[in-house]
Amino acid sequence: MEGGPLLRIENLVLGLKGRSYPLVGPVSLAVDRGEIFGLVGESGCGKSLTGLACLGLFPPAVTPLSGRVLIGGDDLLALSENERRFFRGRRVALVFQEPLSALNPVLTVGHQVEEVLRLHRGLSGTAAREETLRLFSEVGLPDPETRLRNYPHELSGGMRQRVMIAMALAGNPDLLVADEPTTALDVTVQAQILALLLELRKRRGLAVLFISHDLTVIREVADRVAVMYAGEIVELAPRESLFAHPSHPYTRALLEAFPRLGVRQLRALPGQVPPPGHWPAGCRFAPRCPEKVPACEKEHPAMKALSAEHAVRCLRR
Amino acid sequence: MKVLELKGVSKSYRLRRFWGRGAELTVLREIDLTLHRNEVLGLVGESGCGKSTLARLALALERPDRGEMRFLGEPFWELPGRRRKSLRPGLQAVFQDPAASLNPRHKIEALITEPLRLQGVPRTEARERAAEMCRLVGLPEEVLSCFPHQLSGGQRQRVALARALIPEPAVVVLDEPTSALDVSVQAQILNLLVDLQKRFGMSYLFISHDLPVVLYLSHRVAVMYLGEIVELGPREVFFSGPLHPYTEALLAAIPGEGRSVKPLRGDPPSLLRRPPGCVFHPRCPEAGALCHREKPPLREISPGHLVACHKR
Ligand SMILES: Nc1ncnc2c1ncn2[C@@H]1O[C@H](COP(=O)(O)OP(=O)(O)OP(=O)(O)O)[C@@H](O)[C@H]1O
Ligand SMILES: Nc1ncnc2c1ncn2[C@@H]1O[C@H](COP(=O)(O)OP(=O)(O)OP(=O)(O)O)[C@@H](O)[C@H]1O
Ligand code: SF4
Ligand SMILES: [Mg+2]
Ligand SMILES: [Mg+2]
Repeated sequence: MEGGPLLRIENLVLGLKGRSYPLVGPVSLAVDRGEIFGLVGESGCGKSLTGLACLGLFPPAVTPLSGRVLIGGDDLLALSENERRFFRGRRVALVFQEPLSALNPVLTVGHQVEEVLRLHRGLSGTAAREETLRLFSEVGLPDPETRLRNYPHELSGGMRQRVMIAMALAGNPDLLVADEPTTALDVTVQAQILALLLELRKRRGLAVLFISHDLTVIREVADRVAVMYAGEIVELAPRESLFAHPSHPYTRALLEAFPRLGVRQLRALPGQVPPPGHWPAGCRFAPRCPEKVPACEKEHPAMKALSAEHAVRCLRR
Repeated sequence: MKVLELKGVSKSYRLRRFWGRGAELTVLREIDLTLHRNEVLGLVGESGCGKSTLARLALALERPDRGEMRFLGEPFWELPGRRRKSLRPGLQAVFQDPAASLNPRHKIEALITEPLRLQGVPRTEARERAAEMCRLVGLPEEVLSCFPHQLSGGQRQRVALARALIPEPAVVVLDEPTSALDVSVQAQILNLLVDLQKRFGMSYLFISHDLPVVLYLSHRVAVMYLGEIVELGPREVFFSGPLHPYTEALLAAIPGEGRSVKPLRGDPPSLLRRPPGCVFHPRCPEAGALCHREKPPLREISPGHLVACHKR
């Protein structure tokens, strides 16, 4: 196995076909083996497109404009679609918010997992069935034998998400991209799925790129956290450091806007996130920033290291 | 003073089936809930537990099968149609998805002033009040000539709020009003709701699946599980206890509070298979024999704090 991080994204910029402005980026980040890397930010900041890019996937209207997505030594963006397909499922797998739309409604969930095992690991017949049962127990599906014969609509939201995770694990990937995997679930079920992901990391050494709009969920699971705003990462730090010393004005604002238990006063950030094509030339957060100075409107801040592991994109730090 | 009361209210729906008789789905069972003047009453519970059904009953959009809904001291469904109609403007609602509740073909001015025009308020006066409302909910006056799709989610929710407040209602039912919004916009709307409530002294029934959000702005909170109120008490008791085991589980499941999450076992059961005894017993870590057998009554365990649990 290669040394270095499992996944490295370098200056990735994504755009819309036929438009000159970027949708996302430039984004750079690296996920280590066995690490849970949290990517957090508000709607439209580019979390999902970044997550998809880790599998070399782009929605039809979206195209990479520059940058690299390195898995081991290979740049996914430099490979053909056929070559990329080899990485999907086997090196990197995807779990997202609404498992119902990812599962085939007319096939049993057992059948669907067996299909993935055949595709990625050449298993069939009893071997595939046994491995499916093993995966179902691993992800904590109650009564796995019965589950094999269930159709997606017969399962609860939490169980469907467990099936999705089992399916993602079927190809023995090193990295799981989990895009808002608990957002559609009730809090008590969310807690179960978060515990499962932590367990899988421990047991398998699985790395997870965990995408969420919810800082509290990220705080629960992530080892390191990147905060995104308007297409770029504005702060990157180990979890403890980020929550103990949030440094970017946006990170601070997000934390103060979050209704935590017992908080008496939320501090609301005025205004809203500028959409792609309308990002300011200087700091993208400047129009809403309580700390801005005139320079913030002119100069686009670069990532600056506050310590070995804590970096922030702000002129005033 | 009590502005809205649900007394022993139950609601069932008959499910349609392809064959045979449809099963009866009891969504709400013997709900007692009182909203006082100038009060924010929070209602929290997980998906499908019946929160929106309760909202529709509180808004008199649906009639309970059993029990009674009283508004401003009067038994709403017993009143003659004319009286009911004159009371309706006093009950207003804001829902989760403002896009769905605002007619896309109408300009914001028409949407905000619609309740006034129904009351026969002249157009110029309605327009003035709409402009005033915009100021109160933090919208620039220019939005009056926009269509809903030209506004952001947060702005649309402000429009929905302006429209709900313009008839000067006694009660506003807010059903997940911020669930579709981003964190920073949610904070803006929550703070606005608090300000407006203080300023006008109306009452809110604030519904959400998000306990920290509910606790942020409610004076009292009701916790619902499978169509029943399992706990009701002033905000403070949720920080001090003792609490219903389900409420404890809800609090424990809130992520990021610096203690590791203790997952509750199992999924919420379906309303179609309502467990006998205590509705929560299949998932309850403390359930005993009595809990399997007998439904615990909602008992007052300290002044104003009610819990439906055999072990409390
Ligand atoms: N298929 C697509 N075609 C065109 N534009 C897209 C597409 N998907 C996303 N975008 C745009 O790209 C930007 C980033 O979107 P992305 O889905 O990555 O955001 P996100 O952070 O995941 O947001 P959310 O929290 O809402 O899921 C947004 O401005 C979005 O409108
Ligand atoms: N008109 C109806 N006919 C049949 N069933 C209904 C009807 N209205 C609601 N239900 C059922 O009642 C149950 C409770 O629904 P309700 O919308 O009140 O829950 P909720 O707590 O608001 O859920 P959510 O958090 O998902 O909004 C659901 O199982 C729903 O399918
Ligand atoms: S660079 Fe300026 S505007 Fe941007 S976050 Fe820092 S202080 Fe605020
Ligand atoms: Mg997304
Ligand atoms: Mg609802």
